[in-house]
Amino acid sequence: MAGTILLEVVTPEKLLLSQQVDEVIAPGSEGEFGVLPGHCHFLSTLRIGELRYRIGDQTHSMAVLWGFAEVTPTKVTVMAEVAEKAEDIDVERATAKVADAERRLQAGGLPSDVKEAQISLEKARMRKKIAERARKTSHA
Amino acid sequence: MPSLQSLRRKIAAFKNTQKITKAMKMVAAAKLKRSQDRILAARPYAHKMRGVLSNLSQRVNRSSHPLLQKREGKKVEVLVVTSDRGLCGGFNGNIVRKSSEFVRQCEARALQVNLSLVGRKGRDYFRRRSWPIRQEWTGVFDKLSFEHALDIGADLTDNFVKGTFDELYVVYNEFKSAIQQRVIVEKLFPVDAQEEFGSAPNEGISGGGYLYEPDEAELLSALIPKHFQVQAYRILLESAAAEHGARMAAMDGATRNAGQLIKKVTLYYNKTRQAAITKELMDIVGGAEALK
Repeated sequence: MAGTILLEVVTPEKLLLSQQVDEVIAPGSEGEFGVLPGHCHFLSTLRIGELRYRIGDQTHSMAVLWGFAEVTPTKVTVMAEVAEKAEDIDVERATAKVADAERRLQAGGLPSDVKEAQISLEKARMRKKIAERARKTSHA
Repeated sequence: MPSLQSLRRKIAAFKNTQKITKAMKMVAAAKLKRSQDRILAARPYAHKMRGVLSNLSQRVNRSSHPLLQKREGKKVEVLVVTSDRGLCGGFNGNIVRKSSEFVRQCEARALQVNLSLVGRKGRDYFRRRSWPIRQEWTGVFDKLSFEHALDIGADLTDNFVKGTFDELYVVYNEFKSAIQQRVIVEKLFPVDAQEEFGSAPNEGISGGGYLYEPDEAELLSALIPKHFQVQAYRILLESAAAEHGARMAAMDGATRNAGQLIKKVTLYYNKTRQAAITKELMDIVGGAEALK
């Protein structure tokens, strides 16, 4: 029966999550994709974005910063360079990171520096957004 | 019969040695804890990665990426991972023995073997015996980080693509538990689906083709170099944890041996001392008797 699908999120630091879920929505590099149990085999790189998964009628989310996902009919494996659950993100730190990256971007410099600053800005913004949303829903 | 003074000195010396080995054991235990946490945390990622890649290598046309090619080659490279420091029991000895054995086997098959060495101990050993060494990294374990793995991974993948070698094996200590290490010979290049299968449960073999996003070539070029970095990192972490485990066990044994020696010599010292006292007493008593 196609009831649930196993979602595993691993980072080089640890196995972040291993849980049966009903649905996964992941930020593929060519656009978001949703995975339900029984999905066909699929392999995709991920961009900086939000990974959402639904258990029952509860939706959880986490920030994923680069990685890739392997999908089989019974299992989704997400290998991310960095991944953080929404509730674990420190909003203050994320905000500070955004400001820092913006400043670096403005300072300019070598093209490689600028690019790096752009990437870290994108990462920081994503984390901030996810964290703030998680906080709002938990307060509501 | 050794003099009482020389015995006293001996006991003091053993006690000093014991203090040192005890301290080294403590240090190793603390380091072990840290490196153990790291390897246990890093393993799932590395194993998943290997699972995905071995799965992939079965489906994908091998010529689609330079790192996947299989060459009928005569050149073999062996990466030997030893420690930088000694005093860790059979840790380096086992590795070195296994690698020499392995190299000899390869040479018997008329293959040309080169060595890449991580760790000072292995380098010293093989250099002294003037084996063909292509590359060496030392001082990696003092402050082990992912950067080192990037370094080693980049060097190995470059040389594979350039054709410096056609096959690559790694010999390293796997961390089994705090008191147990296992010497592993693992094939890294070329990527072989069958051999790597054991650790990756794959339910999706019969499922036909994969969908790729973005296209295959792009995905592979992102994935494969990453894979080797991650594997290199895992191997370094395994070795580091195993080294501390081995050292802790070795120093524990040394402390215990020192304790035994101290006991034995102390007993002998006391016996000798008592014998001397008895002899003196007898002299006095004998002298008193003679005066009567």
